[in-house]
Amino acid sequence: MLTVFWPDQPATDWEYTGYLAAAFGAFGGLLAIATLAQLRFDALSRLQRVAPWMLALAFLLGLWETITAKLGVLPMPFFPPPQALLEVVVDDWVRLAEGVLASLRLLAGGYFLGAALGFTVGVAMGWSHAVGYWMHPILRLVGPLPATAWLPLAFFAFPSSHSASTFLIALATGFPVTVLTWSGVASVNRAYYDVARTLGANQSFLILKVTIPAAMPHVFVGLFMGLGNSFAVLVIAEMLGVKSGLGWYLQWAQGWAAYANMYAALLIMALIFSGLITLLFHLRDRLLAWQKGLVRW
Amino acid sequence: MVTHSAVSKNTPPADISPVRGAALSIREVSHTFELEGRPLAVLERVSLSLAPGEFVAILGPSGCGKSTLLRLVAGLDFPSVGSLSLAGQPIDGPDASRIIVFQDPTLYPWRTVWSNVALGLEARGLLASHRERVNDVLRLVGLAGFATAYPRQLSGGMSQRAALARALVNDPKLLILDEPLGQLDSLTRIAMQEELVSLWQRTGFTALLVTHDVEEAIFLASRVIVLSERPARITAEVVNAQKYPRHRGDPQLAELRRQIMGHLGLATSW
Repeated sequence: MLTVFWPDQPATDWEYTGYLAAAFGAFGGLLAIATLAQLRFDALSRLQRVAPWMLALAFLLGLWETITAKLGVLPMPFFPPPQALLEVVVDDWVRLAEGVLASLRLLAGGYFLGAALGFTVGVAMGWSHAVGYWMHPILRLVGPLPATAWLPLAFFAFPSSHSASTFLIALATGFPVTVLTWSGVASVNRAYYDVARTLGANQSFLILKVTIPAAMPHVFVGLFMGLGNSFAVLVIAEMLGVKSGLGWYLQWAQGWAAYANMYAALLIMALIFSGLITLLFHLRDRLLAWQKGLVRW
Repeated sequence: MVTHSAVSKNTPPADISPVRGAALSIREVSHTFELEGRPLAVLERVSLSLAPGEFVAILGPSGCGKSTLLRLVAGLDFPSVGSLSLAGQPIDGPDASRIIVFQDPTLYPWRTVWSNVALGLEARGLLASHRERVNDVLRLVGLAGFATAYPRQLSGGMSQRAALARALVNDPKLLILDEPLGQLDSLTRIAMQEELVSLWQRTGFTALLVTHDVEEAIFLASRVIVLSERPARITAEVVNAQKYPRHRGDPQLAELRRQIMGHLGLATSW
């Protein structure tokens, strides 16, 4: 309502004011209809739970709309109104989508590589004294180094910026996964091995069916930490070397002083990263359903 | 009916129908640990023989080395001196014919009760042909309704029954019981003692039990071995020739109890 009937600041031309208003109206209307009709769907109880947040969100959006497009309190190019973000998403969606795909591809490659290597090294370190003896000092020395410190060297040593970034993301993911897998394996209850051995288990059975499942809660902590690290490295690598992805888009938009584009890219980034963490939480809840009192996301 | 000699005259148990257990022989076993660079003698020249299907209990002061002896029998550790054998075969490592049940049930929390019980068969590649056996054993210990439950959903007594089922599914020749009822409350404990006797009678394994509880030893076993302080030596052997099922109120049990207390140096309180 506010969006439609309060004219924008003069000397601006936000083309998408109407569309934004329509979208707000449609969503609000839908909610109102659902509430009035007293629909007895399961979804409704969930909707009721999030209702206070919906109202707060509507209020904040309204405030944002008011102080930017309507009153012009905040200096204009730096603080665009919501419809400007909508405009960016609609007009520039091809470039944004390309950025999202490029980022996800890079992230997935590096993350899976780092997680797989970290897991393998962690299990080997926990299981074999020799591997532990040789890997531990290396991990102690190199582990605390932020992966981004390798950046100049990596871009010089690797044939392409893509492979260099994959390496950096793998490094950022691999370190916490290795350490936590290792500590998980080391903290497995010794009696689990005694019991399995008297029941006739051989070495590979012990590793696959006792060590790894028992270490999984620790491994997931490492996977979460690694995922967080990998986001940071991804964005920095894209800003500094890779010529694609959302990080690069941010940098590029800054060069053009296209602040709306930056906000839109940040918003999309937040949604994607949050979505990925949610995905990992779901995976953990599924695999570790035997645990009690899991942390919710 | 009571002998105090260290050499046993192994009486074949008359109360179990199919004897499927094997004879255990422990010959002159001594064991020493390294503790902070110094040797610590734990067992001293322990010799003990169990007839097939016999139920023998070991009593002794805490920390005397009872659990060490069981680990040697299970093949999880090797003695410094002496030898052990089951049915004439030297014990040179863990084997599914000798299964140990600990005080802590040590169920795998990520496996359901059913797959906990199935673990031994799975590890030896026998699960595909023996799935029904898992169900049978679960029925035997009264956990048929909890096959799909996770260990955290079980009570202490149920967990220990699951641990017993996990051992019994492999049809062990020797069941090694390391204070299996030690963590249970006294009522559950009494019920489980009776269940243990009936499982033993029905399945016919040889049983070697370590316990702190004198009454439990007398109630369950046909022979009670008393160990000394560390390093553990066998100081006495008390035979309980009473038939199963036994009754706790029996005056004969009270008399045996008084004798054993004497061997443990606790006679003054009796």
